Amino acid sequence: MGIRFILMVNKQGQTRLAQYYEYLTLEERRALEGEIVRKCLARNEQQCSFVEHRNYKIVYRRYASLFFLVGVDNDENELAILEFIHLLVETMDRHFGNVCELDIMFHLEKAHFMLEEMVMNGCIVETSKSNILSPIQLMDKTS
Amino acid sequence: MAGSSIMETLFQRTLDDIIKGLRLQLIGESAFISKAMEEIRREIKSTDPHTKSTALQKLTYFNSVHGLDMSWAAFHVVEVIGSSRFAHKKIGYLAASQSFHDGTDVMLLITNQLRKDLTSTNEFEVSLALECLSRIATLDLARDLTPEIFTLLSSSKNLVRKKAIGVILRVFGVYPDAVRVCFKRLVENLESPDPQMVSATVGVFCELASKDPGSYLPLAPEFYKILVDSKNNWILIKVMKIFAKLVQLEPRLAKRVVEPICEHMARTGAKSLMFECVRTIVTSLAEYESAVKHAVVKIRELLIDDDPNLKYLGLQALSIVASKHLWAVLENKEVVIKSLSDADPNIKLESLRLVMAMVSDSNVSEISRVLVNYALKSDPEFCNEILGSILSTCGRNFYEKIIDFDWYVSLLGEMSRIPHCQKGEEVENQFIDIGMRVKDVRPELVRVARDLLIDPALLGNPFLNRILSAAAWVSGEYVEFSKNPFELMEALLQPRTSLLPPSIRAVYIHSAFKVLIFCLHSYFFQRKTIASSSLSSNDLAQGVSDSVSVRESPKGSGSATCEAPANELDGGFNPRIPSQLSKDIPTGNGDEMIVTHGQTSSFASLEKNSFTEDSISNLLNLIEMALGPLSVSHEIELQERARNILGFIELIKQEIPGSLDQGEGNFEREQLKASEVINVMRDAFSKELGPVSISAQERVPVPDGLMLNENLCDLEKICGDVQLPSTSSFSLGTPHSKEKIGVSLLNLQSKEESEPSTESTSLLAEHRKRHGLYYLSSEKNEISSTDYPPANEMKLQDDLHDDAEDLVKLTEQSLVPKKKPNHAKPRPVVVRLDEGDEVSIVAKKPDSKDDLLSGAVRDVLFGNEAIPTSSQRNPSDKSSSKRKGKEKVNIDLPSELKENLGDEEKPDLGNPSSRRSKHRTHGKERRHRSPGKNDEEREENVQKEKQKSSHRHGRHKARQRADGPLNVVAQAAVIPDFLL
Repeated sequence: MGIRFILMVNKQGQTRLAQYYEYLTLEERRALEGEIVRKCLARNEQQCSFVEHRNYKIVYRRYASLFFLVGVDNDENELAILEFIHLLVETMDRHFGNVCELDIMFHLEKAHFMLEEMVMNGCIVETSKSNILSPIQLMDKTS
Repeated sequence: MAGSSIMETLFQRTLDDIIKGLRLQLIGESAFISKAMEEIRREIKSTDPHTKSTALQKLTYFNSVHGLDMSWAAFHVVEVIGSSRFAHKKIGYLAASQSFHDGTDVMLLITNQLRKDLTSTNEFEVSLALECLSRIATLDLARDLTPEIFTLLSSSKNLVRKKAIGVILRVFGVYPDAVRVCFKRLVENLESPDPQMVSATVGVFCELASKDPGSYLPLAPEFYKILVDSKNNWILIKVMKIFAKLVQLEPRLAKRVVEPICEHMARTGAKSLMFECVRTIVTSLAEYESAVKHAVVKIRELLIDDDPNLKYLGLQALSIVASKHLWAVLENKEVVIKSLSDADPNIKLESLRLVMAMVSDSNVSEISRVLVNYALKSDPEFCNEILGSILSTCGRNFYEKIIDFDWYVSLLGEMSRIPHCQKGEEVENQFIDIGMRVKDVRPELVRVARDLLIDPALLGNPFLNRILSAAAWVSGEYVEFSKNPFELMEALLQPRTSLLPPSIRAVYIHSAFKVLIFCLHSYFFQRKTIASSSLSSNDLAQGVSDSVSVRESPKGSGSATCEAPANELDGGFNPRIPSQLSKDIPTGNGDEMIVTHGQTSSFASLEKNSFTEDSISNLLNLIEMALGPLSVSHEIELQERARNILGFIELIKQEIPGSLDQGEGNFEREQLKASEVINVMRDAFSKELGPVSISAQERVPVPDGLMLNENLCDLEKICGDVQLPSTSSFSLGTPHSKEKIGVSLLNLQSKEESEPSTESTSLLAEHRKRHGLYYLSSEKNEISSTDYPPANEMKLQDDLHDDAEDLVKLTEQSLVPKKKPNHAKPRPVVVRLDEGDEVSIVAKKPDSKDDLLSGAVRDVLFGNEAIPTSSQRNPSDKSSSKRKGKEKVNIDLPSELKENLGDEEKPDLGNPSSRRSKHRTHGKERRHRSPGKNDEEREENVQKEKQKSSHRHGRHKARQRADGPLNVVAQAAVIPDFLL
């Protein structure tokens, strides 16, 4: 499994979206999120975006007030994951128009939907923005 | 009822309301959530699907963002999934994929619903079901739904097909037999003209191959085509990951892929792809010099980039190269060393690792020196990282990098004095290990230990306790190298030792005992030689007394430099002078210890050692003073040891007083008893301790009739009883300090408690009996407050950058072609046991599920479909299938190479087989015959298809073919390329 989990966390450390590709109990999730968020939020802009944590590698990137954290296997390509994060943000930008924390809070389902279009079982399956968004736009139209 | 349901619907709060309410926070978050949860519990039971699904939506939100439990609602999730409206279904599936897991008991209820949705005409419903299945599929679900997934794998709708490919990974994982049904279609998607499909399929294969690369070797031609043809960076990265795994199994594959990978590396503008190329080359293609050279050039680009991400990755890549191509690190050493002072701790760590990789026996001392200076200025965490890596690098493989042990031992002493040092345990181990293994370094070791022991400020630092314990042990064990045993005794008994934890104090007391025995023995030995020399050789005595006058002046200066106890020596000095000198004369009959003593210590130091009556009685008084209070200590270890030593002094004192007062005439007779006792003790301590092999325990034969594995549970019960009081006894005196014990300490204790069970052999037991003291579990929990100044103030050091330059210069030296530097003294012998000091690592076996999966994959790829599982295949089948798999690699690769590289003939150095070349020309002919690339591809695919689909028949034929040439080509099993 390439990607193990994707987290979106705000500056205060509150989780805004959590998607896991392996089963963890709620306690395990809470502990993991706590540790990772503490580790990553303490780092500054001049430091690199990769943190090793337990048997994961965390690749993170900050956009305005929101941190995107992706936990990957050790042999995953870090730069590709950074590009993936950027792609995710761009996709959300295109859909919501200048995406912000509130958009994700109020449209959590859509955010999950986009992620599901992009990633299955921890593998990135889709990297074209229009392909990712077309089902969502269709659904928006019909509903 | 209907009325209430309408009311509920009308007044139900939506998810948006909930989020807004949460943001307003009128009543506090937890109160708000519990109120909302109450509503949800009520609403979710509603018969109205809209109310129900909205409630579930809210619950899912709370579950994923606030981490609330939603397993109780599993049945409602199933209900919502069954809804006919797409909007509701969507909510239900999201909830299911968020919350269901293998243990969810309602899982069986959704099989039919999933099947219905998978066969739906609405592609979005199908994709919802697939999404969900990819997250929650269990063995049952996968088995029941495999036919549907098989159909979807060739769906005409891209959205559906892509997701069907994605779900395959999970299905294969939980239900390996699905491979038999779906694998072929999956491979077909690999050759799809649609890059979307290829991307998804390659992703799946990348994951499959990372677990068991061997099974996917036959697909190498397909992957190769993608590697060469694809323009999509995502796909290329994944394909390269697959090849990184495959080439490790099939070296001939490396030759083919190294060129396209280098091409990608040179051409691409995307850093991610470039880095993947670099990583593939340095991990899997490290034998290809030119490729590695190109990769190192790229690494350098990363290293000098301002982006910390690229820098970090560059360092990481460099550390992969380091093991095989150290020159690459040396080429970039300036950057590496500059990174030691980077702002990012992760980058600092990586560069530290690289600096340690550069260490060789010629520059180890200089690099360590500079690193220790770095450590002095770093934050505690990084300081200890530095110290830890110096210790582990220098200690690796029996200190193979160390030539000058005197230097190393003094470095250890210096490291102990660094304020942040928390590596007490490692330093302790190395001190003792070096002491036992390297004979020549013992004098220096004792000197360093003395410097540590004598400094009262060090006693207050709990992190140094372990080091001090080692220093005390070393100076007791090798006391014969000490320049001044009296001073040593003072250090061991100084009042501030009360700050130490009892277990370490016990080591101190025991060492004091050893020192005492040494002093007494030397004293009596002296007197004996005097007596014998005065009796037997008058001439000699005459000569000696002549030289007394010569020695008069050095004696004065020597005593002036003496420490406190030595000052009192002056009184008893004169009459004993001859004994001092005569000590060197009768070397023939002297005992071994004295000989080494005479050789190693300088003349001036001998003078300080002068063991006179006064000094001995002072010594005895000192011990009695210091240890007297301890004989009533609450700590059993301390009490017992103190009493031992006091009792011994009592015994000696009864013998000595007469001799102390009386003249030399009757001295001999009265001393006899005392010296006999001392000789016995001396013998007990003088036997040398050697290192013990890790496997020593295994080599002890198990006695007949002893069942080691029987009744171990009983033993545990007994041991539990025994150990409980013994561990608590250490902390009896300091119950308050218990609170300060951190988690790490608890771990430490538990580790130590488990130790005794492993040390049950007679060898170790004997060793322990003699030097049981050293084996005491030591505790760090004694943190006493101290008003002493800290051990050492931070010294003002020159600027960091100076250090960096220093290090650059130093490593430059190591660039110079390696030649053994001419050291003043040769490397001392390091005792090492020939076998067994290395720990053998047991290869981890893949778990059964992976085994099943790979077995199934092999079966499909190699055509053994008739046999259900890999475990049931007989050996001959296995070998033939393996052979066939390799055949395929070789069938396709050369022809493809020609397709892609034009007419360029590649000499195949690995397999100079005549059959091969014949077939190659055949392949070429074929190419000329049908120059259309696509035509040939199709043709090949058809062939492959035939091979794969013709089950029993195909296998039979293949086996026949395989058996034929086996007789012709001798090493066919190794290089099975006969089908070319």
